[in-house]
Amino acid sequence: MAAVRTSSEIGFNRAAIVAVLVVTIIFLAPIYWIASTAFKPRNLATTIPPTVVFQPEISPFVKLFAKRSQLRSPPTPEEYAAAPWWERVVFNGGEKIVRDGKGEVQWSGYPSRFMNSLIVAITSTVLAVGMGTFTAYGFSRFRVKGEADLLFFILSTRMLPPVVVAIPMFLMYRAVGLNDSHLGLIILYTAFNLSFSVWLMKGFMDEIPKEYEEAALVDGYTRMEAFFKIVLPEAATGIAATAVFCFITAWNEYAFALIMTSRRAQTAPPFIPSQVGSGLPDWTVIAAGTFLFLLPVAIFTFLLRNHLLRGMSFGAIRK
Amino acid sequence: MAHIQLKNISKSFGNHTALIGLNLEIADGEFFVLLGETGAGKTTTLRMIAGLEKPSEGQVFIDGVDVADWGAAERDVALVLQQYSLYPRYTVRENLEFPLKPKIRRLPDAEIKDRVDRAARTLRIEHLLDRKTDRLSGGEMQRVSIGRAIVRKPRVFLMDEPLSALDAKLREALRTELKNLQMQLGATFLFVTHDQIEAMSMGDKVGVLNHGRIVQTGTPQEIYNNPRDTYVASFVGSPPMNLIDGRLVDNRAVMAPMNFELPFSGGARTSWGLDTGGATDGRPLVFGIRPEDVYLESGAPVEARVHDVENHGVEKILTLRVGDTMLRATVPARTDVEIEQPVRFAWNPDKVVLFDKGSGVSLRHAS
Repeated sequence: MAAVRTSSEIGFNRAAIVAVLVVTIIFLAPIYWIASTAFKPRNLATTIPPTVVFQPEISPFVKLFAKRSQLRSPPTPEEYAAAPWWERVVFNGGEKIVRDGKGEVQWSGYPSRFMNSLIVAITSTVLAVGMGTFTAYGFSRFRVKGEADLLFFILSTRMLPPVVVAIPMFLMYRAVGLNDSHLGLIILYTAFNLSFSVWLMKGFMDEIPKEYEEAALVDGYTRMEAFFKIVLPEAATGIAATAVFCFITAWNEYAFALIMTSRRAQTAPPFIPSQVGSGLPDWTVIAAGTFLFLLPVAIFTFLLRNHLLRGMSFGAIRK
Repeated sequence: MAHIQLKNISKSFGNHTALIGLNLEIADGEFFVLLGETGAGKTTTLRMIAGLEKPSEGQVFIDGVDVADWGAAERDVALVLQQYSLYPRYTVRENLEFPLKPKIRRLPDAEIKDRVDRAARTLRIEHLLDRKTDRLSGGEMQRVSIGRAIVRKPRVFLMDEPLSALDAKLREALRTELKNLQMQLGATFLFVTHDQIEAMSMGDKVGVLNHGRIVQTGTPQEIYNNPRDTYVASFVGSPPMNLIDGRLVDNRAVMAPMNFELPFSGGARTSWGLDTGGATDGRPLVFGIRPEDVYLESGAPVEARVHDVENHGVEKILTLRVGDTMLRATVPARTDVEIEQPVRFAWNPDKVVLFDKGSGVSLRHAS
């Protein structure tokens, strides 16, 4: 690096900063749109031109979590006065919260769908990354007969868009009773992510000098112990990066979730658009559901950001 | 401490043959240096003794026991590599403790602490114990690597070019330290290197490896003074031995193609078991002479021109030119010579080594 910067270099730097800002704004605009809509009153959600300044409301989230029905007549003043604040915001929208015979508030379908998403995405990520790490280690460290062909075969599973096998998969799943089950989706997502995970992890494994394990082997450790004590900590960066990518894929998957699940194991992506409200589409509720849905990936990625930065540039640094 | 024997070892990787019919014996408490160029099969030999590689053929014995079925862990050897043998996430202390903590021979904590402290004292790295290994210099790292080996009191120390990545000064210092350490521990060392100076200065015994075969085994003096063939002669020694084609005629060595002659009579001749009558005369030979046994003298038999002068402080290394033939001579630094100056030189006939021209094998080793 030159210590002295020429004016053209400074100019280039400034242009680059502006370009990065513009791109960032373009990328963040939809997220702002979703987030702001999630806090808007219903009547401001679809105004033209869009409302930018408004009094944020929590009502979309209340409506998201509670089961509602249309009010036939406005609530009486006594009813209104007796209701807690979160019920009043629903009354204001011309709806009421559905309660069972004992007066318990009924949940909407969203929390269980959200849980389904978490269960399926986390389990399939753990499985895909775990199996991928072991497989990659094997390919990286041992002479495997037909290694190149096997690796190509693993990669070839990604050469078609997965949706092309949706119908046969659906028929097979129905035959063995895996449709609308967590296990069914977990198997599918694990299978989709595995090839990616093997290839990515192989790159990371190849980067770890095999001398580390050999030193451990000679020191009296078994291959397994050497793997867990030495290789795994060294591979943490790769595992984190792979896990984020697998998690995002599984978390966002829409087509198979839509086809394979209906109630019990339905994940959030096919559920959110189906809840367009009990009357006209309530975009604020959809936005609230989407907004919450974005959070886990954002948090996960944020927690692993240091690993990811190294992961993105793997191969480029340290040799 | 252990005695190691390799019997008829061959090793191939796919189509590539790394070792062919290797026989090697390392005595208990010996500092054995395996010397060879890159790709000669040194590291493969080492890895087979360590149990990291299986021989395609042949057997490895440790203390007379065939260890074919023993894994690396059971062989109880220590390995020091050129690099990458320290764990970057661990501190120096954790690195030193690591070999003492495997399940199969886990030591009590007090013993671990005691051994680590003792090793640190021996290697003078006590002040580094709490440092992360990525904050160490090259020399410190290699000290810790050696520390990792000595804490365990293994049966054999295997060292794969442990000094090659270091700068010259440090290499020299660690060379002495390592040799002292070996004598202090009385341990069996197998040290692999491509650096003949390391081999000569450290080894009790040296094995020269070329293209997967052991060419010669012996003390450094034997290897230096009596190389088995022209490969060893040119590989060992710096500058290497002069090798000149020629033949014996009467009591003279007649060099081809430039036809200069040097005396080779009496004692020199009989020491090679050659008859004095001249019956072996005319056989194509290669004459080997070390640069320090070539000397300049005003009345000497051959005239040459000084082609090049390298000043090494205590001595100068001259390259002499006779026609197209070049040969090196080591002379005291005070000798005043200039490039292209005509000089006269002779050799010490008792130090000449005769090689067969065809096979390159020394006449002394041929039978």
